[in-house]
Amino acid sequence: MARTEELLLNVGPQHPSTHGVFRLIVKLDGEVITHAEPVMGYLHRGTEKLAEELTYTQIIPYTDRMDYVSAMTNNYILCHAVETMMGIEVPERAEYLRVIAMELQRIASHLVWWGTYLLDIGAMSPFLYAFREREMIINLFNELCGARLTYFYMRVGGVKWDAPEGWLDKVRNFIPYMREKLEEYDQLVSGNEIFLSRVKGIGKYDAETAIAYGLSGANLRCTGVKRDLRKDQPYSIYDRFTFDVPVREEGDCYARYLIRMEEMRQSLNILEQALEQMPDDGDIMAKIPRVIRPPEGEAYVGIESPRGEIGCYLISRNKPQPYRLKFRRPSFFNLQILPELLKGESMTNLIAILGGIDIVVGEVDC
Amino acid sequence: MTNWFEGSLTWGIFAMFAIWVIVLLLIVLGFVTYAIYYERKVIGWMQGRYGPNRVGPFGLLQTVADILKLLMKEDTIPAKADRVLFKLAPVIAFVPSFAVLAVIPYTETLVFANLNVGLLYFAALSSISTIGILLGGWASNNKYALLGGMRSGAQMISYEIPLIISVAGVILMSGSLNLGDIVKAQGNGFWQWNFIPQIIGFSVFIVASIAELNRTPFDLPEAESELVAGYHVEYSGFRFAFFMLAEYVYVYAIASLTTVLFLGGWKPLFPFLDFIPGIIWFIIKFLFVVFCLFWLRATLPRMRIDQLMGLGWKVLLPLSLANLFITAVVMEWFR
Repeated sequence: MARTEELLLNVGPQHPSTHGVFRLIVKLDGEVITHAEPVMGYLHRGTEKLAEELTYTQIIPYTDRMDYVSAMTNNYILCHAVETMMGIEVPERAEYLRVIAMELQRIASHLVWWGTYLLDIGAMSPFLYAFREREMIINLFNELCGARLTYFYMRVGGVKWDAPEGWLDKVRNFIPYMREKLEEYDQLVSGNEIFLSRVKGIGKYDAETAIAYGLSGANLRCTGVKRDLRKDQPYSIYDRFTFDVPVREEGDCYARYLIRMEEMRQSLNILEQALEQMPDDGDIMAKIPRVIRPPEGEAYVGIESPRGEIGCYLISRNKPQPYRLKFRRPSFFNLQILPELLKGESMTNLIAILGGIDIVVGEVDC
Repeated sequence: MTNWFEGSLTWGIFAMFAIWVIVLLLIVLGFVTYAIYYERKVIGWMQGRYGPNRVGPFGLLQTVADILKLLMKEDTIPAKADRVLFKLAPVIAFVPSFAVLAVIPYTETLVFANLNVGLLYFAALSSISTIGILLGGWASNNKYALLGGMRSGAQMISYEIPLIISVAGVILMSGSLNLGDIVKAQGNGFWQWNFIPQIIGFSVFIVASIAELNRTPFDLPEAESELVAGYHVEYSGFRFAFFMLAEYVYVYAIASLTTVLFLGGWKPLFPFLDFIPGIIWFIIKFLFVVFCLFWLRATLPRMRIDQLMGLGWKVLLPLSLANLFITAVVMEWFR
């Protein structure tokens, strides 16, 4: 009689589709997954503990390295937490520069997701198209702050550099170009039969499960829950812009895909309005004390990063260093649903589901 | 060339055989070298890149450099691999890929073995390569390689059948299994080629042959984003080169077969263009087919294994059977 046994397969930590050093131990029955166990921590650097020894300005570069695909939003969350505690009023122009940087970053981050997701699905070209466009955004950032990936652009009380001459026009020109490219992306991929058959109905969950697991971002909005912190708890100057929050009901990988595509368009809308409303000059830095020393107490702030709700919980004992700093990293929370989604799926769907969650391992492990 | 088979085997004829074999080998190796270059250039252009352009003029020597690198690499065998099978697998995968080329008629006279069962020979030999891939996956003693090898086995079995049934219509139309006769049965001018009356068979053949070649969108056995590299994940150096070689020689073989069966072989596109030598026509059509294969690779995502099996058994097989039936009925009707 034929004897069958389960195959224990290590996916990662070095595997082309785990987006870094994420490891999954899966039990396979044939090609069907019976059990999946994520192993995290290969990229753990102890950011939160290290931060207890550092001044607030010194912590900002560490946040760059958490979600390295979307460093601007990470910069912002720390500055925002400190500003909230100290009650600092950020100058108008600095707020606009921050919003422009964050929305460009959202597009860049979604482009990386789009390219790598399609690469996971097996299409090679979209990756290069996405990186062509992302390169333009990165060049813009390079001009703005002198770095391409880890920007260290925002400071408590404002931003480090004003926009160089002609920079805002370059952003203005980028908007119609990107709209056109998004059309092209849709034509190339969004309606492709093979692509649809790979993502439609895959990795499905309902709103209740999503909320129970604490999902946020596109992973939550794909189930019909309309939650976007830019709208629900407007921070910075997001209440001045009109934009839609894309929501879908299906809760599968395809819904998440469409939401992210639409979010890029909405970010372009925000960029357009921000460029229009932006004051011609003004301060880019608030008057802040030489030593940043938030008053004793604690604060939690959350903002909408490309991956979901990124939060910062800060306890201060009136010292230049935080007493305790904790980041709520959306990738980490979004990943928790993975073992449940994987049960009964095939090895191929594993990649589609994992890619659809959009994790950045630097953020998962922090 | 063909009448050599009819006389007795003398040393002179044997020497001629040997020379022709070496010539064919060199042509094929030259093709493989530049097919890889061609593929990388074409896909590079489609993706807004340059493609290889550093080694030699226009990067023409890039593949040569790559092959040299592979030759000089350490040949590793995993400690727990089945050593005999591990060494045998690349050979089993490669030899049939080269052997099938013997029956391809490039022109009316230039054919290496004018076999009367040429098509059958092609189909039968090309399935042996699967065993090599399956063996390679098994002998590596690696889970990813095993999954890749198994997928490959399953995929080739499900696509071999529609592939062969789809060409049965062509066999009915030309009344021969000899590839040269199949071309002769097609006329000058593209409207007389088999791909028009056999459009269903042609479509099935194209899809099934891409699956047979393990190329995108059917590149599941080596799906790098899931199975890392599939069956050849443990291979390095020259053994790895053999697997890659086999893959590209099959591209050559299938493109030639498509040209012969459906695109009129050496026949010109329009009758008044028949002053252009047949071999030129063959090369043009052949390169066009190869280009289409590369084009697909740059465009499409990969299918899932269960969808692939579904497509093979539920769509392609009935279609190819229907094609065979329709062809037979029409042939009987108008005879």
